[in-house]
Amino acid sequence: MKMSFRTIALVFGREFRAYFATPLAAVFLLVFLALSAGLAFFAGGFFERGQADLGPFFAWHPWLFLILMPAIGMRLWADERRSGVIELLMTLPVRAHEVVIGKFLAGWAFTAVALVLTMSFWLVTLYLGSPDNGIVVASYIGSFLMAGAFLAISACISAMTKNQVIAFILAAIVSFLLVMSGTNLVLAALRGWAPAFVVDLVQSLSFITNFDRLTRGVLEAPAVILFLSTIVLALWINVQVVDAKKAA
Amino acid sequence: MQLVQASGLVKTFSRLRAVDGVSLEVSRGEVVGFLGPNGAGKSTTMKMLTGFLEPDAGTASIAGHDVFADPIAARRHLGYLPEGAPAYGDMTVADFLAFVGRMRGLSSAVLGERLAEMVERVNLAAVWNRPIDALSKGFKRRVGIAQALIHDPEVLILDEPTDGLDPNQKHDMRELISAIAPGKAIVISTHILEEVEAICSRVVIIAEGKVVADATPTALLDAAAVDGKRPTLETVFRSITGSKAA
Repeated sequence: MKMSFRTIALVFGREFRAYFATPLAAVFLLVFLALSAGLAFFAGGFFERGQADLGPFFAWHPWLFLILMPAIGMRLWADERRSGVIELLMTLPVRAHEVVIGKFLAGWAFTAVALVLTMSFWLVTLYLGSPDNGIVVASYIGSFLMAGAFLAISACISAMTKNQVIAFILAAIVSFLLVMSGTNLVLAALRGWAPAFVVDLVQSLSFITNFDRLTRGVLEAPAVILFLSTIVLALWINVQVVDAKKAA
Repeated sequence: MQLVQASGLVKTFSRLRAVDGVSLEVSRGEVVGFLGPNGAGKSTTMKMLTGFLEPDAGTASIAGHDVFADPIAARRHLGYLPEGAPAYGDMTVADFLAFVGRMRGLSSAVLGERLAEMVERVNLAAVWNRPIDALSKGFKRRVGIAQALIHDPEVLILDEPTDGLDPNQKHDMRELISAIAPGKAIVISTHILEEVEAICSRVVIIAEGKVVADATPTALLDAAAVDGKRPTLETVFRSITGSKAA
């Protein structure tokens, strides 16, 4: 596959700056910080547990991301269709996959900024006690990978519509299903009638189950592979959707 | 070699046949006015010429490169102003034109020269560092023209370049197009007939997805002349397209 890294870098630069061109970036970062801290303190019992670890903080990430990543991804393509810029963009001498990758990486880098800003939490636990830093690092990597998978799905869905709200809602629904597929609620409902391998398959695809594994401190290959392959698959579909050359 | 070559382009949306076998050839130095009532298939045809939309049948090439088989090469020779002159509203004029120029592979040195020329030629100095969202319709159109010209392409496809401009701006835009016309092949869609007489060397009229006339403006008027008296282009346009697109 031919690829121009210059084009990817140009698209990345434009999109990354675009996040900060509107108040969206500030709002997003504030909401993310407030929610992740608030949930860890009030719902996760960060202090009451009396343990210096970030478990209660990371445990909420699948739930936060299933709302917040569609919010980051929804504008990536839907807005181009609505404004008609997609017509200009896709008649430049560039390939669809270069634009898809550039846009995705911009959203992912923005997510990285949000995650880095939460590291004050880590500093607090370091001050209060001695957390297992290996676990914290593994959890951050896991969180970043999972966010990437949610974002790739959101970007892909964003390419299918010119309505950002529809893109957001559909992406949140798909993300919700991927999170829920590991919960007992879903698995119990399946166990009654589905063969065991189907139950196992559904469970193995669950973002929450795989993320939990990573937050236990082991960078397990299956979990890493699940998130990375979700990203690759979603971006591949994204390219196909853009390449289908549909009129807006 | 024809810089723009299209033959038998067909496009159907669900059950509506928007473009029904349009063929078009444009050579260097020609400015073709692409005319037709609203909904006649002008924009759809242009989108297929640029390779943005894939036709159900037919072929199109720009500067000898097939727009579907070899899109990257074809697009290098093409400057395109899509309908409504879309642009990234959050960017300044300078940033946006630089972005498009770099995406087109211009080196920093060439880009600098071209940007300077765009400021001059398209008259953008007053808004150079303003965000595009804050610009008037006339300036937005000019930014759209500037991004289409940034790499000095051989082929220009401009979808309604003067739509929504005031008379002075229309005049300026026509001057600009006439000035750059030699050495390029230009296709302009419009439904403003005075524009065609002012700048076009050829008129292609399309109605209900089909080409119904293809001639120089003078030849078109001569052919419709009654007793040696030429009708106006408007009369010709109405008599050719009026019965079909009521």
